[in-house]
Amino acid sequence: MEVTAIHKDKYTWLAACPVNSVPEDGGACVLLNGQQIALFNFTRRGEWYATTNECPHRQQMALSRGMIGSLGNEPKVACPFHKKTFSLKTGECLNDEGYQITTFPIKVEDGVVYVGV
Amino acid sequence: MITNKKSNVVVIGNGMVGYKFCEKLIAKDKNSERFALTVFGEEPRVAYDRVHLSAYFDGKTAEDLTMAPLDWYIDNGIQLYLSDPVVDIDRERKQIRSHHGVVVPYDYLILATGSGAFVPPLSGVEKDGVFVYRTIEDLDLIQSHARRARKGAVLGGGLLGLEAAKALLDLGLEEAHVVEFAPRLMPRQLDDAGSGVLQRQLESLGLHIHLAKSTQEITGDDAITGMQFTDGSFLEVDMLVISAGIRPRDELARLSGLETHPRGGIVVDNFLQTSDPSIFAIGECAVAHHMIYGLVAPGYEMAEVVAARMMGDEKEFKPYDMSTKLKLIGTDVGSFGNPFATEPECRTVVYENRAKGVYKRINISADGKELLGGILVGDADQYNMLLQTCKNKTILPPNSEDLILGSRGGEEAGAGVMSLPDDAIICSCEAITKAMLCHEIGENGNDTIDLLKKATKACTGCGGCTPMVKDIIQGVQKEKGVYVRNILCEHFDFTRQELFDLVKINGLKTYTSVLNTFGKGDGCEVCKPATASILASLWNENILAKDRAPIQDSNDRFLANIQRGGTYSVVPRIAGGEISPEKLIVLGQVAQKYGLYTKITGGQRIDLFGAHVGDLPKIWEELIVAGFESGHAYGKSLRTVKSCVGTTWCRYGVQDSVTFAIELENRYKGLRSPHKLKSGVSGCTRECAEAQSKDFGLIATDKGWNVYVCGNGGTKPQHAQLLVSDVDKDTAVKLLDRFLMFYVKTADPLARTATWLNKMEGGITYLKAVVVDDVLGIGAELERELQLIVDTYACEWKEVVENPDLRKRFSHFVNEPEVKDPTVQFEPLRNQVKAREWA
Repeated sequence: MEVTAIHKDKYTWLAACPVNSVPEDGGACVLLNGQQIALFNFTRRGEWYATTNECPHRQQMALSRGMIGSLGNEPKVACPFHKKTFSLKTGECLNDEGYQITTFPIKVEDGVVYVGV
Repeated sequence: MITNKKSNVVVIGNGMVGYKFCEKLIAKDKNSERFALTVFGEEPRVAYDRVHLSAYFDGKTAEDLTMAPLDWYIDNGIQLYLSDPVVDIDRERKQIRSHHGVVVPYDYLILATGSGAFVPPLSGVEKDGVFVYRTIEDLDLIQSHARRARKGAVLGGGLLGLEAAKALLDLGLEEAHVVEFAPRLMPRQLDDAGSGVLQRQLESLGLHIHLAKSTQEITGDDAITGMQFTDGSFLEVDMLVISAGIRPRDELARLSGLETHPRGGIVVDNFLQTSDPSIFAIGECAVAHHMIYGLVAPGYEMAEVVAARMMGDEKEFKPYDMSTKLKLIGTDVGSFGNPFATEPECRTVVYENRAKGVYKRINISADGKELLGGILVGDADQYNMLLQTCKNKTILPPNSEDLILGSRGGEEAGAGVMSLPDDAIICSCEAITKAMLCHEIGENGNDTIDLLKKATKACTGCGGCTPMVKDIIQGVQKEKGVYVRNILCEHFDFTRQELFDLVKINGLKTYTSVLNTFGKGDGCEVCKPATASILASLWNENILAKDRAPIQDSNDRFLANIQRGGTYSVVPRIAGGEISPEKLIVLGQVAQKYGLYTKITGGQRIDLFGAHVGDLPKIWEELIVAGFESGHAYGKSLRTVKSCVGTTWCRYGVQDSVTFAIELENRYKGLRSPHKLKSGVSGCTRECAEAQSKDFGLIATDKGWNVYVCGNGGTKPQHAQLLVSDVDKDTAVKLLDRFLMFYVKTADPLARTATWLNKMEGGITYLKAVVVDDVLGIGAELERELQLIVDTYACEWKEVVENPDLRKRFSHFVNEPEVKDPTVQFEPLRNQVKAREWA
């Protein structure tokens, strides 16, 4: 679909995909301005998250295919390759020090998912 | 302070059962809000432990035997009258009058008058030197008379009579005799052979035993001089203790017009209620279920039933088990269930060791599955285990003689106390279950016998349960220290096996419903695939349908194996490793078209590597048209059944191994399991298919097939073990069905069959017992459950290829479905490609 930009507050909001392109309680990858971004539709918590798609451990483009869940109350995603888990809120690696992923602001309006860059 | 609101409860009798009733009612009636208790006792002292009366001669004092001191009655507000028997019950006015003239009104009257010694109507029983064995006062009299006596006899060779005979020996008499009317000792508990062993033990200690002796009269002028028997013989004694049974104390009830039994005892219903609804009878004075229960444990249970019902709880006195175990003059004696059951209703196993004075008998149901009862003399260590096995109708191991002989070689037979069900009664006096003890030990730290006595009252009655309680303490501590209960993760406080059963029982089919019903939090990468596996093993619905796609591990989610670089590999099923030239050509063509690297796998099939996620449905569409189906190389499920060519080509083969391998692979394909399953079928003993390194393997013999289970390669190679030999194909399949489903249902997540077996208590012996001998009686159910998987099998890839919604999920970018992941790069390798190295 067309990438449209909305300028409101401090972010540039890029339309990523329709809501139903991301499975409930799962993830999907979008290509936005040449960048691979993983979107997570955390239906169970009523929350959406966006991170880079690349796992910093072995530079694999796979986080969007990982399972999401929680550690305590912290929402997380597990890389399918070697099960490194990352906080969806802060991007911090939860089971191995020294790794970090980038997270992005995300919002849903009129059935469309937007990512802030 | 008695207020008008409280109901008056009067207890007549302050023996063990009468006391126990007070204790139970006070425990239930917090702060004595509802009931005011008055107790009348005939004896001069408060209730004491009559079961251990003989200990009085061993130096225990009356205080030692006391159930609870006088202060206890005062502290709990009980009005206690001792040495004051009740002489009249006025049922019209609902009040009683005591010997000393105390009149007390009652709302509930509890008769716990117990029993007295039964004295047979013999001429001479009134003579000096003739005693009964019932109260501390009786013992005082016996003790003082024994000082000037030389020869003593006990009339009655039952439980109490033998105790009395021991007392005579202890009191220093030169001769102690036991005279029994029946042809054997302890006629209610022992058979002739058991009695014989016991008799030899007792005789070796100096007791003289006279069986089948009918006493005619007791001779002497004022004092006893001897016993004259009907067979003409005579025994010279100067003291006699009569222990010929008990006589229920029902005279007060009879005077009051309550219904009594013609042979003695107050008749009560299942709720211990007499013919007057305000009056109850408990203990040895009551006739319940047409009998007198002459043991303390059922008496306590009666006390519990009445106390509970007064508090409004539903409770009923059920026919009570009369099993007993005791130590008689150093000899253990146990008798449980139906000790006398005989053929044809049962099979009897007997072990007798005269040199050691040991006799054991167990009666097993004709089908060999249940323990009906038994007798133990000389060694009763197994009493509690056997009693519980009998009561719980536990299914017996195939070598049931091991129950009394112990395991002879091989692994331990059966299992210890920890294998008993949670609701098994360990302390029958106080009705304490295994679960209650485990809870006290594990949760409340009451991990010694003394602490448990305080916390639960276990071991405080007959003490027979003490060894078993010790075993439970050890068992729980072992579990705490060595074995950690493998709960799935922070979201589920259950083991995989528990969750499996819960999901099944509740018919749950989605992850969300499982998490909502049994879990907490939002799930994780551990419980999601574990639940996915359980759902697949149970219902066999497509693993990507409903909410199940995002809970699958990465391979299952895309029905392919994720490889370096984020591409996937494709493995179609090639059952038994057999493939036609036409299909080989198709594989080559597909690999060429999509630029895939090809390799023969360890499981005799062909793996196509380097597929983009978006190409997977197209690749599979072409493969399915050519007759291929999913090989489940991505799943924790059956991988391959490897085979050698067997009789079809090999000059050594003795069976058709390829055909059997194909049949097995097609039967078990799609079965989701805790970990991957590999198999092999060899056509002869040379074992070219390496079946003994597989989760299940078959090796042909000239008579049929040998079935091996629980082997694997991997980090810790382990040989498979022989499950059964020389069986035909149908039997092999039936046993494999059971084996696989048992594994699927009970293994921890990601435990291969070898690990599962290594952790299993009883090892391969137990596994054989379950799978081959069906000792748990679950064989048919396991077969049914596996058949459901066979019947509902569908190729997952075919379903995805034909379903546009599922197919849509196979793209790298959801907003650019046609764009492939630009980071995927290959390097050349021997005329093919390989994934780029990790960075």
